[in-house]
Parts: sequence; C-alpha cells; structure tokens
Amino acid sequence: MWRDNLRGIFYIALKDLKTYYFKPPAVSWGIVFPITWILAFYLRNPGSFEELVPGLIAMTILFSTTAAEAVVINFELRLGSLERLLLAPISISAVLFGKVLGGVVFGFLMTTVVTTVCVVMLGLHPNVLYLILIILPSLFVFSSLGALLCVMVKEVFEAQTLLNLPRFLMIFLSGVIYPVAKMPVALQHFAHALPLSYTVDGLRSSFSGGLSETIFFHALALIGFFILFIFPAVKLLHKKFE
Amino acid sequence: MNKDTVIRVSDLTKRYGEILAVNRIDFEVEKGETFGFLGPNGAGKTTTIRMLTGLSKPTDGKASVLGLDVNSEIARIKKRIGVVPEISNLYDELSAMDNLIFMAQLYGVPSSERVQKAEELLRTFRLHERKDSLFGTFSRGMKRALTVAAALIHDPEVLFLDEPTVGLDVVAARSLRNLISNLRRQGITVFLTTHYLEEADLLCDRVAILAKGRILAIDTPLSLKAKTDKKSLEEAFMKLTGLEPEVLAIEKGK
Repeated sequence: MWRDNLRGIFYIALKDLKTYYFKPPAVSWGIVFPITWILAFYLRNPGSFEELVPGLIAMTILFSTTAAEAVVINFELRLGSLERLLLAPISISAVLFGKVLGGVVFGFLMTTVVTTVCVVMLGLHPNVLYLILIILPSLFVFSSLGALLCVMVKEVFEAQTLLNLPRFLMIFLSGVIYPVAKMPVALQHFAHALPLSYTVDGLRSSFSGGLSETIFFHALALIGFFILFIFPAVKLLHKKFE
Repeated sequence: MNKDTVIRVSDLTKRYGEILAVNRIDFEVEKGETFGFLGPNGAGKTTTIRMLTGLSKPTDGKASVLGLDVNSEIARIKKRIGVVPEISNLYDELSAMDNLIFMAQLYGVPSSERVQKAEELLRTFRLHERKDSLFGTFSRGMKRALTVAAALIHDPEVLFLDEPTVGLDVVAARSLRNLISNLRRQGITVFLTTHYLEEADLLCDRVAILAKGRILAIDTPLSLKAKTDKKSLEEAFMKLTGLEPEVLAIEKGK
C-alpha cells in the first residue's frame, strides 16, 4: 500500500505541476508579485537592498507554494476530478500529500531562481546548508497551510480570499519589510505565532552567518507548523468524502 | 460463498443523518455477468456504487468485491476494479492520451506498457485521431467514452458503470452500449446503474429493481416481465415500484 501511495503522491504532484503550476498565472503570482512588492517598498525607502533579500525569498516561498493551491484542490473537488483520484488504489492522505508536494516543488523552483539571482547579482555569501534547512521546511509549511485553508471551504474564490488573509498578515507582521524587533511588544509576541517569522529570521541568519542553534531551532519550529497544518487538512478532506 | 461470486452484499445500509439512502439490501453478482441496478433518481443506486468502490463507508451490513471486504481491504479491491462515475471527471487541461497515461501511472501499470495500452484503448473507443486533443474540447459522448477507457487502463476484473449513457445523444449512447456488450464478451463483470430500462433490457443478464433504498426484485429481464405479466421491462418496473397507478392517472388526465 505504501508503495501505491508513494507512486500516487509523485504522479499527482507531477500532473499538478504540468496542469496548473507551470502556467502564467501561477508563475506571476509566485514570482512577479513578491519581486514587485519588494521593489515598490525599496523605491519608497531606498537603502540596503541586501537587507530585503530574506524578505523577498520568504515572500517567494509563501506565494509560490500557495499560487495554485485553491485551484488544485477546490476546483478539482467541484469538478469531481479529485474524487476520480480517490478511485485509484491510493489513500486520501496520499492525494493531499500529492497536492502539497506539487506546491513544494513549484515553490522550490521559484525560490531557487530568486535566491540565485539575488546571490549572484548582489554578491552575497549565504551559508547554503542553513538556507536549505530553512527553505525546505518552509516550502512544506506554506503549501500545507494553503491545503488546510482550501479544504476548509468549498469554492475556489472562498479559498483565495481565505488564503489572502494569512498571506498579507504575515507580510506585514513577520519581518518581511519591517523588522519584528521594532514592532510594539504585543505584535512581537503575535509575530512569534506566525510561521513566516521563522522563515524570515532563519533566512536572515543564513545570510549574516548566524548561530547554527538558531537555524536548527527555526527549522524545528517550521517542522512543527507543518505538522500543525497537515494533519487537520487530511482530517478535513476525509470528512468531505464521508 | 460461490467461488464465481464477484460481488456479495448483505444487509448493506447507508444513512446520511435522518435519510436512509440504502436500506438493508442483499444481492450477489456472478463472474462475467452484466448486472443492472435499476431505479428512479434517489433510489440509492449511486450510493451503493460508492460503497462498493470505497468512496463511502457503509453505515451497516457487509459487502465484498472479488472476495475482499470493502471496509478493510478497499485498497486491494481498487487495484482490480474500474469505475466510471456518473460525471466524466477526467482532466480538461490534459489531452486524451495524457489522461490515460496519468490513470495508468496511478494504477501502477508498468511504464513499458502504458503508451501501448493507451493507444489500444483509444483505437477501441475510436478516439485515436483525437489523442492529442484536450479532454475539455471533447463532446459529451467522447468524454464519456474516454472516461470508460480510463477505467479500463489497468485491465480491471470488475467494471462499475454509473449511468453510463445519461445525457448522450442516440448515436453516442448506442456506440457506448456496443462497447459495454464487448466488455461482457471479454469476460469482464459489469455492474451497471441506469434509469434507462431499455438499455438494461438490452445489456443486462440480471437486474435488481431498487426504490427508496430497498431492492424490490432481482431476476433476469425476461423473468421479471413474465412474473409481472408485462411486455416490457419498463412496464414491469412501473408495476414493481408501484409507480403504475400514477402513470395511468397522468395518462387518463390527458
């Protein structure tokens, strides 16, 4: 059974990448939007662009992993093609993991492009191992967050609306463009409950040669968020088919 | 259990809150048989298929397919059955060929056989010339045919067809019926739900008549007609389901 599930996860992710992700809307949402946002902020407050790079990478992770999540889940639920997948010898959990993996792979490709361009053009010297330790769990966290919010609603537009709430909340409160340390204390506490804060902080440490303990702590926190999001998502999808 | 019994259902029940969709039904389907499940809308036909194919858990009772329990061995069952849902739910954004290849991948068809099997099915279902066209551009009949083809990509032993010809024009429906007849000749057990009684009369070895979640009769179409003293299966169905007086009243009202 596990072999059937692994095969299902792989081919569902592959199909989603081909069908939904490598299309102009997903690419523009996943990569153009974060770049435009950061450039707009930079032009408004010119300074060191290097300081904005962790925020740019974090936003790319967030937006690219969730770029087509509403479509791959809610649209397919509506059309019945998600049910088609459940007729195959794979579990509901495997179907959801396949959907999440599609977002992760697309996010990984987009993030790699943005990170490489930033590193080469700005002559940065990040710790590559630290970057991987932060980027990989972050991809899973935000893709599973997208999946969770999508299975909570029925329609594609509802999912997009619901997804925008944590997206924009995290952009403003997770240190993407404004440092968490400079925010009011209450908001600082709130920021620690947001997964993107750990992504941004971890990426900042990767670029500035931070302590390995900090990186590992952030990576662990992100894995915790992934577990927190994926299990209810699987449970809710199960409920939809009961 | 008879060794040739492919589907065995005993006291199968499905309840959605207060609604009793399927009410303690019993039946058996033999190997190589084309078995029709007939009933008006809301009779419990689709609910029964969903329970037998693992999309829905029975509230009570037992069911087995190919000797495997639907509650505890559904993954093993799914590998050996094909399902054609009521809605043609393949992927609009994929071509006919890509849809079949994707299904072959999900069912674990060896990579060396996938293209060949898909090509064969596309020829059988007369879709080969449109193999690179997107599913979304197909007519309803072509979509239905490709959905049946997709259900056969892994050589299932049992094929579940839920309202296979609903919404199709006369030519497409006739063509699909011929394909279903061919499946029987190949030895595939077919479980078919329909509310087109002529279709059932034409295709099925035996039929079960269902109304309000209960099975009212199971027999060959010929025997049902004889027992009810009616000339057509439709008339026999009306008599068995108690709809005959209502129909007569409507006709008198004319």
